[in-house]
Amino acid sequence: MIWKSKDLLSIEELSKNEIETILETAVSFKSVSERTVKKVPTLRGKTVVLFFQEPSTRTRTSFELASKRLSADNLTIQSSASSLTKGETLLDTMKTLESMKIDALVIRHSCSGIPHLLAQSMQASVINAGDGFHEHPTQALLDLLTVRENHPHLDQLTITFVGDILHSRVVRSNIYAFKKMGARIRVCGPPTLLPKDFEKWGVEVFYHLDAALQGTDVIYVLRLQLERQKKNLFPTLREYSQLYGITSDRLLKANSGAIVLHPGPMNRGIEISSGVADGSAARIDDQVSNGVAIRMAVLYLLLGENPERRTP
Amino acid sequence: MNTWLIQGGHVIDPANHWDDEADIWIQEGVIKKVGKHLKISTDKVIEAKNKLVVPGLVDMHVHLREPGFEYKETIKTGTQAAVAGGVTSVACMPNTNPPIDDQAIVHFIHHKASEEGFCHVYPIGCISKQRQGQEMAEIGELKKAGVVALSDDGSPVMNSELMRRVMEYAREQDLTIIDHCEDLHLSNEGVIYEGSTSLRLGLRGIPAISETIMVSRNILLAEMTGARFHVAHLSTAGSVELVRQAKRKGLAVTAETAPHYWTLSDQFIKTYNTHFKMKPPLGSEADVAAIRKGIQDGVIDCLATDHAPHASTEKQCEFELAAFGIVGLETLFPLTYTHLVEPQVISLSKAIEMLTINPAKVLGISKGTLSEGAEADVTIFDIKTSQKVDVSQFKSKGRNSPFNGWELRGWPMITMVQGHIRYQHPQFHIKGYQL
Repeated sequence: MIWKSKDLLSIEELSKNEIETILETAVSFKSVSERTVKKVPTLRGKTVVLFFQEPSTRTRTSFELASKRLSADNLTIQSSASSLTKGETLLDTMKTLESMKIDALVIRHSCSGIPHLLAQSMQASVINAGDGFHEHPTQALLDLLTVRENHPHLDQLTITFVGDILHSRVVRSNIYAFKKMGARIRVCGPPTLLPKDFEKWGVEVFYHLDAALQGTDVIYVLRLQLERQKKNLFPTLREYSQLYGITSDRLLKANSGAIVLHPGPMNRGIEISSGVADGSAARIDDQVSNGVAIRMAVLYLLLGENPERRTP
Repeated sequence: MNTWLIQGGHVIDPANHWDDEADIWIQEGVIKKVGKHLKISTDKVIEAKNKLVVPGLVDMHVHLREPGFEYKETIKTGTQAAVAGGVTSVACMPNTNPPIDDQAIVHFIHHKASEEGFCHVYPIGCISKQRQGQEMAEIGELKKAGVVALSDDGSPVMNSELMRRVMEYAREQDLTIIDHCEDLHLSNEGVIYEGSTSLRLGLRGIPAISETIMVSRNILLAEMTGARFHVAHLSTAGSVELVRQAKRKGLAVTAETAPHYWTLSDQFIKTYNTHFKMKPPLGSEADVAAIRKGIQDGVIDCLATDHAPHASTEKQCEFELAAFGIVGLETLFPLTYTHLVEPQVISLSKAIEMLTINPAKVLGISKGTLSEGAEADVTIFDIKTSQKVDVSQFKSKGRNSPFNGWELRGWPMITMVQGHIRYQHPQFHIKGYQL
């Protein structure tokens, strides 16, 4: 298919066709990372800027490696090292980058909607690497790829997201992604972190974990932000892990052969036990490897000399 | 002698039950007579045939930003925006710096308004010192200096004990308490109302009851103390219901709402456009319907703008960090006419009432009428010609309007303050006269 969009801002705005194109492209890039020389010249001469206003190791290194393996020049700006601390507005910072003729901006920001704001005013491609509680599209794409490697027919499976649904950009992107692929979606968490309004998204809402896990093929464990406890969203970490932690015993409630995903970084012993995290059901390492392939695919589709993109 | 004759217009003056074609004779800044076919010999005649002629509008909720935030708006530019919107009296909120919590600031505003202002300015005094919600401001002194009501505006009084005492005290000063009703614990760090839109956009939500719970508390305190309580910028269905019940009980409770609450819902916040960010936030479709019903039923007494100008940098930024509020003075009547009168939610005469005599009564000012002997504050509207909102033409320093590009009817042609023309639409001509 012909890739048209300049930016990747959300899964909500992608079609099923576009999602499949990204997945197929990622599959073809997976082998690059398996070689002794892990590099192709595809994006030689392109400049990719990674702007991370929030701390991130996994997503940032994943994007860095992806662009390096495609031979793009890249540089990373952590907000503490940027002029943001000097009182410059975000738009001014971005204008400065734009004047240096960059080709893509990968942005992680704590405020929802920032990639949209920047995409409107920039020539460069904007790639959302996570904005506030809104979306984290490349995470959902790598999750889709990982699940599909285990269950080729996404429209026949049930995936259950467990944890802090309200504050999760990972869940929002994943709901759109798995819904577009036809999967059955459940969300489960304490009522303070899971408003009933999520039902309007066409997902099943559960407040009790055992019921949610019954009939589940994929358990998606969300990271718990430990500071939520201070805001009276749940009483103690102990109680949270008792009620919503995924342990080997809990795993037995799901369908046999169920797999477990986690976007990382994990709080072992809180939302996921070490037994599960290191056990045979976990696909957490696959998620990480697939992350590089997905980000290579996205950079390639947005920046590459894609002959199909040229208008005849 | 400064004499004007406004001839042949459709005059609506709800306070005097006038809704008919008439002439208005103005002499030395005062309304001399309203009547049919007046025979006055003057060369200063305004031909108002097919136009609407009404008392100058009274906007009881305006942020003029001066002193302290002159980069957003000044008394001069804010009142210039007012007359460009057909508004001849504004009540200005005390969230200035310094706030209007002492007589000197009231005098400063009066002085500035008389030197540079385009219309009448009525300061609203603070409830508490520095708007901190801790200690009562010098309410008696503020009254003496001329404030027309009390409010801590954007900083709602969370301490119910203080609110009780202020209501008791203000009652004997004959001042209405205007409260921005918001439970700050419930609204917390929220930026739009909680619901499917906040979930979809991943923005922190404010539950609608953060408003209603405080409306409820204030009604209970007003009942207990016998004070007059006015709900600022009412935005939810729940609040409409509470005010309805309070009125049924005969309490001295009044309410205002703003154009964005009858024209926009949270469905409009699609792409993080910060011009849809205000406090209280935009409600659901059900809230909008309830507000329109409340306007129709008379539960809501006044239409006011909550005119809140901001610099462009305070809006062109992260949605979560963007300032709350939009400008409103220059679109007040067109949004009222096109979105309340034309769809027959209320009659034209009712709309004028809610924009003139009703707010004047709440504030206790003798404005909003064309009574003989009243100061000649008169606005002439064209309700037939469509025109697009163009923020670049605003007199306000603020360009933060979600209505840019909207096609509306009900644009002011002439705004007269004390018998002087302070605004004239570029396409409206007066024979032998140029502003």
